[in-house]
Amino acid sequence: MKKYWKLTKERFRKFFRYWDLLVLLVQRDVKMKYRRSFLGYLWSILTPLLSMTVMAIVFTQMFRRNISNYPLYLICGNILFSFMRESSTQAMHSVIDNAALLKKTYVPKYIFTLSKVTSCMVNFLLSLGALLIVMIATHQEFRWMNLLIVVPIFELYVFCIGLGLLLAAATVFFRDIKNIWSVITLAWMYLTPIFYSLQNFNESTKPGVVSMSNLALFIRRFNPMYMYIQQFRYFIMQYTAELVETPCGILIWRGAVYAVVMLLIGTFTFRMTKNRFILYI
Amino acid sequence: MEERMQETINPVEEPTPEQIEEQIEEAAPEPVEEQTPPTPAKPPEAVIRIKHASVRFNIAGEKVDNLKEYFVKLVKRELRFKEFYALKDFSIVIMKGESWALIGPNGAGKSTLLKLICGILTPYRGSVEVKGEIAPLIELGAGFDPNLTAKENIFINGAVLGHSRKFMREQYEKIVEFAELEDFMDLPIKNYSSGMRARLGFAVATVVEPDILIIDEVLAVGDAAFQRKCRDRIRELQAKGVTLIFVSHAKAPVLELCEHAVWLDHGEMKKIGSTKHVYWAYEQDLVKKRKEKQRRLRLQQQQQQQQQQEQQEQMEKKQ
Repeated sequence: MKKYWKLTKERFRKFFRYWDLLVLLVQRDVKMKYRRSFLGYLWSILTPLLSMTVMAIVFTQMFRRNISNYPLYLICGNILFSFMRESSTQAMHSVIDNAALLKKTYVPKYIFTLSKVTSCMVNFLLSLGALLIVMIATHQEFRWMNLLIVVPIFELYVFCIGLGLLLAAATVFFRDIKNIWSVITLAWMYLTPIFYSLQNFNESTKPGVVSMSNLALFIRRFNPMYMYIQQFRYFIMQYTAELVETPCGILIWRGAVYAVVMLLIGTFTFRMTKNRFILYI
Repeated sequence: MEERMQETINPVEEPTPEQIEEQIEEAAPEPVEEQTPPTPAKPPEAVIRIKHASVRFNIAGEKVDNLKEYFVKLVKRELRFKEFYALKDFSIVIMKGESWALIGPNGAGKSTLLKLICGILTPYRGSVEVKGEIAPLIELGAGFDPNLTAKENIFINGAVLGHSRKFMREQYEKIVEFAELEDFMDLPIKNYSSGMRARLGFAVATVVEPDILIIDEVLAVGDAAFQRKCRDRIRELQAKGVTLIFVSHAKAPVLELCEHAVWLDHGEMKKIGSTKHVYWAYEQDLVKKRKEKQRRLRLQQQQQQQQQQEQQEQMEKKQ
């Protein structure tokens, strides 16, 4: 037990020793992202805004559901899901892209993964500006409750760190994951209520039958992104009919469980395999 | 606790520094002028202690790095690996303030040994103990964004070595001055020549006195004047008690900077001792190998000629 404590202390000491490296890497990523572009950081706000506009036009024409304030509904789901996709994709490359450095000197390898997820988080925080614009444009009233979005954001951050570590470690051994991941995220996106709502599938679930209502139940239980996006909407939008599907307390609770489990899986995989990275990068 | 466990794994006694000294003296075939090593004020302590370390790589018959092949092979039970020892049962004790050269042909295990010391590789068997801060010489821009400017790279490189930003800000002027690259600090590193990168790398690695300085062939790219400057700086650090581990194929800097040398070949220690003797033996071996190769070539040629003659004779007989 004492030894375990000593080890933990040692790990934290090491983490703080490389804290400055983490900060510098995040700074670098943020700086490099928009270097040589005319509008610079403004793109972090413009991109989600524009994609929201496209989606809003398309989906309102195709199937208009009775979702109140549809643009806001869309952008809430969209920016959260984009963050997950961006951070997981970048984290996946974090170890193999720094191969040259990792071969030459000792640096805790998770620093690179952590820095990628964190720089995506910075970008995400900038894109909250787009959210603000949509809220003003659609006359959404501001309440103190809006500030509670830090809860789902934090949960999602922890979840993405876990996912990133898992992917980074797995990609070192199997480069295929790079290619398949974009397909997986696409499927994941359609399984997440970003542009649709699950409220119509509330009733009549029969066990063992493949139906939309069972799919909806599955999404509500087992899709972590659902937990974070619904929480986020709950805190941003009014407490409207489409949001009462699952009580917020349960969402927070499940979201936290998923985040912690993902973090544990990620760190465990990473730690078990990190000493063999050098042989494969 | 850990030490005790290692002792049970390796019942063989570790060589004490005295024994190593003896080995060095034994290795000397003839008396040579003894260079008095700079004696540090403190009693010497071991900074690197490697006991019976082996590094094993699995070389797959073909590299399996995609999922399909992996599962196919897993099902067929064809996931067999060839074992390859990059380092075999290697032991060494390096005391504080010593300077060691690692020599040997390409692929002898020199870089593997450095990686072991840096903590990048973990030994398959045996143990490695390192006390103190290690500063490996990294070519700047090797691992970082080549689009970043030299200034940004200096800070990241410093952070990789574990220096804080505040410290790097204080040392920045000194680094730039040493590298003599004042005019190029805002240039992206991708526009740097390899010599300029090496300059910066050296300047960052030696800005403080690390406990252990590791130099792996990087100095070769600098120009003559800078090489001399680097050697002077290394001397200075040596005088302050920095332990140096040096890998080079060039003879002059090895003989000039290092008192001790290890000759590695195919992962095994061929010889250990004073630089002059080890290098001499290494060169002898090279000459021997070259002669052998020439002899073999000659033999082959003779055989070919004989065969040709026989063929010709046969042809003549038929005619």
